[in-house]
Amino acid sequence: MEITLTVNGRAQALELDPRTTLLDALRDHLQLTGTKKGCDHGQCGACTILLNGRRINACLTLAAMHEADEIATIEGLAPPDDPGALQAAFLHHDGFQCGYCTPGQIVSATGMLEEARAGWPSHVSPNLEAEVALDRSEVAERMSGNLCRCAAYTGIVEAILETAEQERDVEPREAAE
Amino acid sequence: MTVAKPLPHDAAMRHVTGEARYVDDIPVPAGTLHLAFGLSQIASGRWTEMDLDAVRAAPGVVAVITAADLPGHNDVSPAPTFHEELLSSHEIHYAGQPLFLVVADSHLAARKAARLAQVTAEETEPVLTIEQALARDWRFEEGPRVYGRGDPEAAIAGAAHLVDGSIEIGGQEHFYLEGQAALALPQEGGDMVVHSSSQHPTEIQHKVAEALAVPMNAVRVEVRRMGGGFGGKESQGNALACACAVAARLTGRPCKMRYDRDDDFVITGKRHDFRIDYRAGVDDEGRILGLIFEQFCRCGWSQDLSLPVADRAMLHADNAYWLPAVRIVSHRLRTNTQSATAFRGFGGPQGMLGIERVMDHVAHALGRDPLEVRRTNFYAARAEAAQGGQPPVGPFRAASPRSISAKMRGEEGAAADPSLDLTSRGAAQAVAPQPAPRSEVPGSTTPYGQVVEDFILPDMVARLVESSDYRARRAAIAEWNAAEPICKRGIALTPVKFGISFTLTHLNQAGALVHVYTDGSIHMNHGGTEMGQGLFQKVAQVAADRFGVEVERVKITATDTGKVPNTSATAASSGSDLNGMAVKAACDEIRDRLATFVAERQQADPATVRFEGGRVHVGAQSYPFEDVARDAWMARISLSATGFYRTPKVEWDRIRGQGRPFYYFAYGVAVTEAAIDTLTGENRLLRADILHDCGTSLNPALDLGQIEGGYIQGTGWLTMEELVWDTRGRLRTHAPSTYKIPACSDAPPVFNVALWDGRNREETIYRSKAVGEPPLMLGISALMALSDAVAACGGPGAPYPALDAPATPERVLAAVERVRSA
Repeated sequence: MEITLTVNGRAQALELDPRTTLLDALRDHLQLTGTKKGCDHGQCGACTILLNGRRINACLTLAAMHEADEIATIEGLAPPDDPGALQAAFLHHDGFQCGYCTPGQIVSATGMLEEARAGWPSHVSPNLEAEVALDRSEVAERMSGNLCRCAAYTGIVEAILETAEQERDVEPREAAE
Repeated sequence: MTVAKPLPHDAAMRHVTGEARYVDDIPVPAGTLHLAFGLSQIASGRWTEMDLDAVRAAPGVVAVITAADLPGHNDVSPAPTFHEELLSSHEIHYAGQPLFLVVADSHLAARKAARLAQVTAEETEPVLTIEQALARDWRFEEGPRVYGRGDPEAAIAGAAHLVDGSIEIGGQEHFYLEGQAALALPQEGGDMVVHSSSQHPTEIQHKVAEALAVPMNAVRVEVRRMGGGFGGKESQGNALACACAVAARLTGRPCKMRYDRDDDFVITGKRHDFRIDYRAGVDDEGRILGLIFEQFCRCGWSQDLSLPVADRAMLHADNAYWLPAVRIVSHRLRTNTQSATAFRGFGGPQGMLGIERVMDHVAHALGRDPLEVRRTNFYAARAEAAQGGQPPVGPFRAASPRSISAKMRGEEGAAADPSLDLTSRGAAQAVAPQPAPRSEVPGSTTPYGQVVEDFILPDMVARLVESSDYRARRAAIAEWNAAEPICKRGIALTPVKFGISFTLTHLNQAGALVHVYTDGSIHMNHGGTEMGQGLFQKVAQVAADRFGVEVERVKITATDTGKVPNTSATAASSGSDLNGMAVKAACDEIRDRLATFVAERQQADPATVRFEGGRVHVGAQSYPFEDVARDAWMARISLSATGFYRTPKVEWDRIRGQGRPFYYFAYGVAVTEAAIDTLTGENRLLRADILHDCGTSLNPALDLGQIEGGYIQGTGWLTMEELVWDTRGRLRTHAPSTYKIPACSDAPPVFNVALWDGRNREETIYRSKAVGEPPLMLGISALMALSDAVAACGGPGAPYPALDAPATPERVLAAVERVRSA
């Protein structure tokens, strides 16, 4: 079937078997290999992408279901020579070893920070109504869907916390302006 | 200085932007074909008929290959004395064994077609458990291997207390996030280029050459990086690479294979599971007088690397403790399951857990603090180790450079038979044992005769006891447990002493190739592979330091059998030790040529020439490095060199169990606090404190990452990762849905990791120590902390928890009930 996928702001026409997963469409048909295939079962998080700003596992959905959606992958988060704050924080805190889970971790964290900003509680949130205060246990809980076999979790959590703090510092000033 | 700096991984920027390419990300030529194996559904027997018509007729299928179609050897074993078929010619040894190979125009088409075969087989009763293998006496080698010294039976009989028991230790799936993958690109004249996700490119080259019936020089293997290896890519990639090469030869088209995750679990080997029986005779203080270990190691169906794995388990049965009279018996049992293989620690963790269990059990039996029992049994801190075992500071002696092509020549009595795979750790039986008489130093000599020369653990333990506040926390936990009826907490400190070197002595060698270009840029290549451990960056730091330039000037390139030949696997934690030294030798060769050149030009002594800050200093003058490179080229001086290194001092007789298998030991200590729910057995880690010895760290950031990751991987092995086979020998835990590895939320919320500040007493690269495997065994403290928590459930005189691994909630609950019911 013919479909058009909008990935990283660019609409591209594709001829696909209707059973093609979104992950395979990205990797095999659009050559966007930054999104990794870890388990292909929706359990490791290596294929995390943003679908209309929300994080999902690209291996668990069919490409054909997303003609009208905005899809963002690791390649679309920032230009390669100018990494975003989260990417820079992963570099700074050594938030990886082999790097295979890293694109998924970073895309997932991007979506997760947005969820926290929107006030979504997690399993460990003490209060379902209050604003979310991201701390180590909140980040660990919210990122537990992204496995890292090298177990670089210390650096991953530090990178995300640092990014969250930077955003917190910036936002009040923006609001005041 | 670029060494000892906490620089990020070599491809850090490419990892965070998604640009870093793994095998499955390499753009493939048009017409590339995709492969899948058809797998055996039974664990034991022989197939009599395979009807593959439906497979051939399936959409997208280009070819179906069986054992009869193979052009060369049908053998992917890393052990030269064992035959491991790529495709079964009839015999079936485990459920998941590849029977035939489907070649199709897409990955999905190949996998779907592979399911359509009609296989008729005569099934026999599989041998699955240790007990079944013992009953059938189905094992590798002629019988159990035995190391030891003294008369442990007499020592135990004469001891005040007998402590005996048994521990079951589960296996572990590697679960590298990047599954096994290979890509073969056929070349002119029958040559083959293979991209493989492998820790051992030379092994891939060797096996592919055999599979194609061509010499090794017709095959070039390239490995840029792996998405995790952990030992699982030392021998387990052979089958994919050979399958791709054979299919590429038969079809004339590029062929690629990537195991689906379930197939990866079902086909490939895992960590060996063990049962260790122990009998210890101890005095009133818990001092071990005599000890007998019987290690039962389940090797799976193929010999693979099992002999050196089982050897290493024996070599770590002492861990950090002086055992005056000891016998270690090792049974290498064969079963109809996946071939157990290398996994970070390579048998060491299982052997070490055996003695740590004994320490814990002795402490419980005598009502003593486990830490004091451990200290009582420590190896003696020898006089020369009193200052941290540091020899006087001086210039590092460079290994004499020699040509790579000469390195196998006449050394170590290397066998002449070209079919012997001398680069594999599975070659354990192919090398003649060397006699190695050695004198004993009481209190400091291991059961295998190596003297522990730099025993720094007493100092490390003292430091960690203080920094982790061990004593106060232990008292607080006892108080908390007395008041708390449902949840219990436990704390434990365990040490690690891990031997560094390949126990197959001739593997302790490495080569490197370094070029300096006329613009001053440097191209570096060595035999080590990058799997996330940071090897490439560490070795690049060495190269940059030798030339006194920034590390950015050093190009890190893919490991390539065409550049550096006959390499050993990147394994045994040896990557930086071996390849760092080889690269240093190559750099120093070029540097000496440049120094001589500029010194002559300035009429100065070459020894006074310094390479610093991107410049070459001679007398009062200095020149940019790139100018010196260009001028040297103009003066017709070679700017390319090979480097070679072989580890000194090691000599080892694995049959007698005597000698010096290890160049040195790496040490570590961990304190873990854990909590259990006595109603459900659920448990979690609350805090971990680690002090680890990396010598003079080549890169503290990368080393810290190895320590944190190793610890967590170790706790995963011992607390949650459980492999379950059914009674027909089928692995039922073959995906992350049923096999749980540590997630972000499983790391202890308080996690303090520090490096021990010391130098390696041996002349390793910049006096650093290997760090890949040793930290995994710090995770033993987590199991012991859980055992401590379970013990807190019992009253006076309650039995020892005898908690087996992995300590899943089921096992913790069973142990709680055992302790309480008494």
